[in-house]
Amino acid sequence: MTLSTLLLALAVIFIVAFVVGLSKARGLARGAPRSLHSRPGFYGGYLALWTVLPALFVVLIWASASPLVIDRLVRAELPPEAQAQSEGQIALIMGTIRSIAQGLPVMTAAETDEIRANPQKAREILGKSGVVLAADPQPFMLDRAQQLIDLTSFSRLAITGIATLLAVLGFSYAFTRIARTLRARNIVESITLAGLIAASTVAILTTAGIVLSVLFESLQFFHSVNLWEFLFGTVWDPRFSAPGRSGGAEGQFGLVPLLWGTLFISAIALLVAVPLGLYSAIYMSEYAAPRVRAVAKPLLEVLAGIPTIVYGFFALITVGPFLRDTGAHLGLDIAATSALSAGLVMGIMIIPFVSSLSDDIISAVPQALREGSYGLGATKSETIRRVVLPAALPGIVGAVLLAGSRAVGETMIVVLAAGIAANLTFNPFESVTTITVKIVSQLTGDLQFNTPQTLVAFALGLTLFLVTLALNVYALHIVRKYRELYE
Amino acid sequence: MTIAATPSDIQEARIRRADHAAALAKKRHAAEWRFKMYGVIAIAISLAFLVILFTTIVRNGYSAFMQSAIRLDVNFDASEIDPSGQRNSQDLWNANYPKLASNALYSVLGVNPDDRLARRKANELLSRGIDTQLRKIVLADPSIIGQTRQVWVLAHGNVDAFLKGAISRDTPEENRQLNNQQVAWIDKLTADGLLAKTFNSGLFTFGASSQPETAGLGVAIIGSFFMMFTVLALAVPLGVAAALYLQEFAPKNRFTDLIEVNINNLAAVPSIVFGLLGLAVFINFLGLPRSASLVGGLVLTLMTLPTIIIATRAAINAVPPSIREAALGVGASKMQTVFHHVLPLAMPGILTGTIIGLAKALGETAPLLMIGMVAFVVDYPRTPLESATALPVQIYMWATEAERGFVERTAGATIVLLAFMLIMNAVAIVLRQRFARKW
Repeated sequence: MTLSTLLLALAVIFIVAFVVGLSKARGLARGAPRSLHSRPGFYGGYLALWTVLPALFVVLIWASASPLVIDRLVRAELPPEAQAQSEGQIALIMGTIRSIAQGLPVMTAAETDEIRANPQKAREILGKSGVVLAADPQPFMLDRAQQLIDLTSFSRLAITGIATLLAVLGFSYAFTRIARTLRARNIVESITLAGLIAASTVAILTTAGIVLSVLFESLQFFHSVNLWEFLFGTVWDPRFSAPGRSGGAEGQFGLVPLLWGTLFISAIALLVAVPLGLYSAIYMSEYAAPRVRAVAKPLLEVLAGIPTIVYGFFALITVGPFLRDTGAHLGLDIAATSALSAGLVMGIMIIPFVSSLSDDIISAVPQALREGSYGLGATKSETIRRVVLPAALPGIVGAVLLAGSRAVGETMIVVLAAGIAANLTFNPFESVTTITVKIVSQLTGDLQFNTPQTLVAFALGLTLFLVTLALNVYALHIVRKYRELYE
Repeated sequence: MTIAATPSDIQEARIRRADHAAALAKKRHAAEWRFKMYGVIAIAISLAFLVILFTTIVRNGYSAFMQSAIRLDVNFDASEIDPSGQRNSQDLWNANYPKLASNALYSVLGVNPDDRLARRKANELLSRGIDTQLRKIVLADPSIIGQTRQVWVLAHGNVDAFLKGAISRDTPEENRQLNNQQVAWIDKLTADGLLAKTFNSGLFTFGASSQPETAGLGVAIIGSFFMMFTVLALAVPLGVAAALYLQEFAPKNRFTDLIEVNINNLAAVPSIVFGLLGLAVFINFLGLPRSASLVGGLVLTLMTLPTIIIATRAAINAVPPSIREAALGVGASKMQTVFHHVLPLAMPGILTGTIIGLAKALGETAPLLMIGMVAFVVDYPRTPLESATALPVQIYMWATEAERGFVERTAGATIVLLAFMLIMNAVAIVLRQRFARKW
């Protein structure tokens, strides 16, 4: 049975076992449910969990391990001349074998014999059944494909058998244990609690996964490129090792121009978003009538809900050309993909981040401070400027930092609007590039893995992760500390 | 010498001070008004950006929902499609369908079949997608062979652009993608009612194509659907379970603190980093196929999880303690209290949070680029393991195409994406208002 049918079968078995346990418990109670330790449903759950959980556990482990084991076994049987080839070549051979294995079961015996007789016809014959081969197969591949099929079907048979055995064992054990005094509720509830705890650890696992995977690949990158050169190099020229290109595969991976571009664009974005967002927040929390606020606040938040790809497209077709034409009128040379247009559009995007966080923070400033200020004769704006804002300042700084971390990690706007040239320039009218743009451009397209050109993306990702993490942790720390101050 | 202040002096000073105070007050009130106006202006500018954004998209994109088509009486000539007469599927597949449409077009336009240049120019009015279109008709009903049928065939992207005004009649001929002869033909066809704009169903059904008129969102919509389904099936149970544990059961200790810090930080990790995680773990380590919507769904699940956990915790927190105390009071266990009483009451809030999280996931692009969803996929994926694209990724791919026709398509796709998100958010708002409960 395939994995999905197996899982489906387990789900059905779960329901059946539940019903069986329920009716057995009801039978035991003989019309007096109070004589049972738990309510009948818990007995059903107890039986169902015992029946399905062990089997499910084994099935999942098997499903993740068996492809690797089968792959090993098939590899071990490859002829010596194939095994002597490089890792990449062997991977290609294995790919062909897997494709053939897909096609073999749907072919007739006559077709199989024909392929065996003359392998160069295999592509054509397999093509008919919808299997596309990259290269002509060699005879040994057919045997290995057959072995792959045999092993896979054996593995499926074995896991089905083992799962059935475990389900039967679990069922019979739990079934015999069901008695009036069985503390079924406690058992079922502790298993449920364990499930809840497991679910909440997914967050930790994700963080660990991010750190470990990015770190691991980055370390591989730093095997071939010096950490120092990466961090302080001022030239970004990864040089894809295209055939026929002199100079070798070694490029220069200087982080500085990318980091500069990222910070430059983020700074422009904050320059747009902070005044607009902050004044909006002040107006919303201090001046606006509740009805205005009820309309304007959600509308502003729409800005945060628009997908960033839409902003990118907007920058590409509207803002970039508009700035270029305006610049031409004023005698300025503004590139169509400039730091300015990317920063401007990104600034629009992060307005709501600044405004809604600042709004919360300004609203949290105790009313007594304002009243004290009014009592001394200050006007509303004087109160806001001299009393409320200074009191809210740390929180607002936190909000701005959070918005900044959004800007640093933003991808789609800069991919479409900022350009790809890694310039180290202070001129906002020129195009610059960012860390995220380079991650995308190094990893999209058909590239060979394990070259510095692709691995550098992980080193860039690690940099990005650390920068945003530092910003976030610091900002959240400020915001939290500030909240505690007034609570 | 002493100066004795006369009463008139004092009076004068008083007036001066009063004048000064009045002037000062006026200044302060002006400052007050200005300050308030800054706020109004800031909000106005922000909302103006919103309006400009939407109008740009709609202005560029509304025309994508109409597509030019030519009505032709196509003769499904048996000798052309199936010379052997055996209805062999291989023959039907390989037949020269564009020729059928071309022949019909020549007779309508009065093109001499021996004039090679005129033939080529006439053929340039037809989309290259005609091949597929006519083949589909024949394969669906082979009995049509030998008959003449009226078919609306797709016009070429340039014809479409001309009808929509993107290619101007006033452009000098040498700079125009259509020559004068072709423009005359287009006018003739339009006048005869044979060339018209029809609703562009292809935008929703076609797969990837290098021609704008045959490029559509079919694959992307299916891919996005698979991904949303994966997120729904994984992120909601996991997120709700995690939130229940943290909010109702977790003791206050190092471990739960660690989980909380992690969730808060994950919510702020750049999305592209999740893409790197997906590439390293799901594709390189676990060996799942690239470009598969399952992998996309898994990555988006991890991204959406913090949103759902945070929303669920807020919803659970809003259920008043009296409910829990009442349930515990009549003898329910902690687990029964949570599952029978707290969770159902928190459900509307959880649903709202889930839908908002899903809408966010639907618009996410960057992580999908990392796991290779920028593939040129022509055929519909049947399972989540096959190559697919997603709505926002399709927008990205079209946005980077050079041809003019793709700008319209990109904006059209953006409208579709925004419409989906609008619907989801509207549902969330309705749910919130419908089931909102004041305790």
